[in-house]
Amino acid sequence: MLAACLCAWEAWALWRRDLAAYFPPASEVMVELVRLVASGELAAHAAATLRRFAEGYAIAAVAAVSAGLCLGLWRPLYNLFEPLIELLRPMPSPATIPIAILFFGIGNEMKVAVTVYACSWPILLNTIDGVRSVDRLLFATAATFRLSGWARFWKVVLPAASPQIVTGLRVSLAIALILVTTSEMVVSNDGLGYYVLESQRAFRMPQMYAAVVALGIIGYALNRLFQALDHWVMAWHRGLTRKEEIL
Amino acid sequence: MLEVRGLRKVFQPLSGPAVTAIGDVSFQVGAEQFVSIVGPSGCGKSTLLQCVAGLLRPTAGTVLLGGREVTGPPDGLVLLFQEYNKSLLAWRSVLGNACFGLEQKPGLTRADREAEARHYLEMVGLGGFERHYPWELSGGMQQRVAIARALACKPQVLLMDEPFGSLDALTRFELEDTLLRLWESLRSTILFVTHDIDEAVYLSDRVYVLSRRPSRMISDTAVDLPRPRDQLASREDARFIRLRHQTFELISKEMATA
Repeated sequence: MLAACLCAWEAWALWRRDLAAYFPPASEVMVELVRLVASGELAAHAAATLRRFAEGYAIAAVAAVSAGLCLGLWRPLYNLFEPLIELLRPMPSPATIPIAILFFGIGNEMKVAVTVYACSWPILLNTIDGVRSVDRLLFATAATFRLSGWARFWKVVLPAASPQIVTGLRVSLAIALILVTTSEMVVSNDGLGYYVLESQRAFRMPQMYAAVVALGIIGYALNRLFQALDHWVMAWHRGLTRKEEIL
Repeated sequence: MLEVRGLRKVFQPLSGPAVTAIGDVSFQVGAEQFVSIVGPSGCGKSTLLQCVAGLLRPTAGTVLLGGREVTGPPDGLVLLFQEYNKSLLAWRSVLGNACFGLEQKPGLTRADREAEARHYLEMVGLGGFERHYPWELSGGMQQRVAIARALACKPQVLLMDEPFGSLDALTRFELEDTLLRLWESLRSTILFVTHDIDEAVYLSDRVYVLSRRPSRMISDTAVDLPRPRDQLASREDARFIRLRHQTFELISKEMATA
């Protein structure tokens, strides 16, 4: 399928040579991509993007899972925060970029902050929901075996809620990359988002397409990495749900 | 060993009038005895067990375990649930599940716990399944895991809430005998709740019958069947049939007076 799309792109671009200025053939883009990778130019920008991504995603994961566990376990706290969550959650995250610029400047902190903000929501909401849907009987089981609060949390609540927490983390993976790229486009002097926009403004079309393809490859690779981890850690849950399907 | 005095439990639903699940229930369970409680469905049997287990606070009355009042889940008492599939930890192996209760006991190394857990898994007939996950096993085997997990803690008192209620008849007979064998060798006290009169008579030293909600104790019968019990001989014994008959009549009458 991928090969067919590349061929179609190639054929279309070769047929419409008049569009070559802004629609170069796939082969030309691939050659450019290889050249940029070899020269190290792309690597520097990719590294900047990936570092922001990793920082933002990691902070969001820790903060949102922690907050979600507290909110999920303690109803009054949730009731207190619910209006705020419901108000902020549907707001498109890129809208926070101008605000973040005011608070954090135009450097790295701004981009990381925006990323943290945007990818906290799916993690937070899924964690709350995951904790809430832990079966009452598991709590009763923990109680009859006299688990302390901490043991109950680590040995029962967290693992039981983990499938949904992982779902939140997976959704946020894509969101994190979107927000890093977007914020780099708004204001930056490195990173792939900046590079894509700069290439376009400088009419270096093959370079722009190459950078877009690179972003696609990075997104794909991150997702595969996540899937591999998920596959390994959550093997029990896959087995459990598959069993239920058969029944 | 275990004494329940004047226990009463009233639930206040979100809307509507309060529901008195347990009216006034008192009974005793002697050490190392096997006692069953039977009653029509909805008579508050599970509620009663949860009060005894310290998971629910009674509205009135007290539960005494070894002379001490139960105010929370007490040491040396474990409640086993009917819904083994929800009570077992799906993310842990069979061995991991069997170790679960032992992890709360201080001074045990991981090796100690595993050795202990393996011993009990062996006793319930699950030797060789340690590395499996609970959801890979049949219902009967899952409930065996739950039994091993409970017994590994060496509880003085084991409370069982319709543990075999969702199993097929043959598996149920098999597990009844497994349970009796374990009880005889471990000499713990068992309080067993069921809606199956035959099961109660077959297993127990004593059968208590609860009335409809709000429940009271309406009968207390000693079971004079010899042990060890046998699925054929015991169930064909004239005393078994007489006890089953009496208890059945009592419950039918109770259900008719609605």
